[in-house]
Amino acid sequence: MTTPAIQLRDLRKRFAVRGGRPVQAVDGLDLTVQPGEIVAFLGPNGAGKTTTIDMMLGLAVPDSGDVSLFGGAPAEAIATGRVSAVLQSGGLLKDLTVEETVRLVGALFATTRPVEEVLARAGIAEIAGRLVGKCSGGQQQRLRFALALLPNPDLIVLDEPTTGMDVEGRREFWNAMREDSSRGRTVLFATHYLDEADAYADRIVLVRQGRVVADGSAAEIKNLASGRVISATLPGADQGRLLAIDGVDEVELRGERLVVHAKDSDAVARYLLTHTDARDLEIASKGLEDAFLALTTETAPHASASDYVTQGV
Amino acid sequence: MTTTTVAPPARRIPVAGGFSLGFLLLELRRMLRNKRTLIFTLVMPPAFFAIFGVQSDYTTQSYGSGNVTAYVMISMAVYGAMLATTSGGAMVSIERALGWSRQLRLTPLRPSAYVATKIAVAMALGLVSVSVVFLVGGVLGAHMPAAAWLGCFLLAWLGSVVFAAFGLFMGYLLPSENVMQILGPGLAILAFAGGLFVPPSGWFETVSRFFPTYGVAALARSPLGEIGVGTAAVAVVNLLVWAAIFVVGATVLFRRDTARV
Repeated sequence: MTTPAIQLRDLRKRFAVRGGRPVQAVDGLDLTVQPGEIVAFLGPNGAGKTTTIDMMLGLAVPDSGDVSLFGGAPAEAIATGRVSAVLQSGGLLKDLTVEETVRLVGALFATTRPVEEVLARAGIAEIAGRLVGKCSGGQQQRLRFALALLPNPDLIVLDEPTTGMDVEGRREFWNAMREDSSRGRTVLFATHYLDEADAYADRIVLVRQGRVVADGSAAEIKNLASGRVISATLPGADQGRLLAIDGVDEVELRGERLVVHAKDSDAVARYLLTHTDARDLEIASKGLEDAFLALTTETAPHASASDYVTQGV
Repeated sequence: MTTTTVAPPARRIPVAGGFSLGFLLLELRRMLRNKRTLIFTLVMPPAFFAIFGVQSDYTTQSYGSGNVTAYVMISMAVYGAMLATTSGGAMVSIERALGWSRQLRLTPLRPSAYVATKIAVAMALGLVSVSVVFLVGGVLGAHMPAAAWLGCFLLAWLGSVVFAAFGLFMGYLLPSENVMQILGPGLAILAFAGGLFVPPSGWFETVSRFFPTYGVAALARSPLGEIGVGTAAVAVVNLLVWAAIFVVGATVLFRRDTARV
């Protein structure tokens, strides 16, 4: 048994809202990340991603629950340089150059990688002498990434690292990230971009209203998204019989119209055409977008969402 | 790495909570890059001295063991040191507003080491400011015995640590990128009220004793002479009381800031 890189147990955090009901930002969140995993923490805005990351890094105190990074407290993991982070809110000093910023932060650690190496790996070696105030948003974000690389951490946590970047900036950021992560580092990044989670992570954790609603490999989440909807006109359909077919998630009857949500549309279609009097059969595919929305919006029924959960990767 | 095992090198926590010479030097360089700070702390005080300190017969008029020019020089040195150390301390406000302090939370730097570095940078700038005023004073005709030069210099500089605490206090009180635009005029009023620009007399002298600038200035001038035991005692009490207020204020706000993680 190896010690998990991240272990969050029943994490909860509530915020008081002036003149309103308190908001339960994180509501019993559990997450275990093993060393070497690259995990996307995917959810819409307000799902509790940033609050969870703040608690993970010891920047916020949970109301209840436990956080451990490599079996220890977050503050210790940060002080030894074992864990570093790129945050949305972390500011930079405009009156230092890119290189000076890296040197300054490097001076605070007991041991670091060489400044030149870190600048090169973050892809900002050529702008080392530029004042931070004159850098674009994407360049500043790569500087934050360089700062995170300094202590040669075993785990990097990134909170919406490409927010506010243009397409080119996003692409360059992820290229730098991808080149670096071949070294076996554990990475957890929060994002609300589906394509980033899809392209970069090998495990996707979907969060909604402060809880994990789905957790699986990128392939598993894609499977979940590749489900189809089969509809046909069939008065008095045998719902029990349909639910017994492998891969059927849900059966609805809307008047005479039967609607079946299933992963294997062929099996359902074959059954309907050979064993029943079904007419006007239609098959439509559900996109990744649909699955994401179904799992992360308020109206999604909790019970069906839990069907998708594939725990423990 | 010279380790012979395949195990990764043990990770260490830096000594002294991340306080380091490299950090200090980069902070100093940053401060010296700020033109506004340089003008306010290194250009204005000697300029004021050149305007007010050498006019009419100040160079020939004696004060204590020196001349009136020396008296004005010390006042302006205290003014410069106070601007320098206040702006040094108030840098925490700018860094909080920018979110830099949050970035530093992701490093081993302890908040106490951060504050110690800010005070060291503030005192370094204060040292430069006092030196510039004394240098200009020496060139433009300030006279006093060698022991007084040294004593006044050290007291003007070291006394300004009170204003480093004041700057930190204000820095934690006012989270603003433009904190010095608020503090600049405030410091000018404090300097005037404490008798740095015009030597206080009559009722004004009584009132001025209650201002934090009075204590530092009176002590800084004491090696020059013409200061009674009573005045010296008032100055010491003034300095200690204001130092206590600023240090306690800064400490309370600093604790609140680091607790609100």
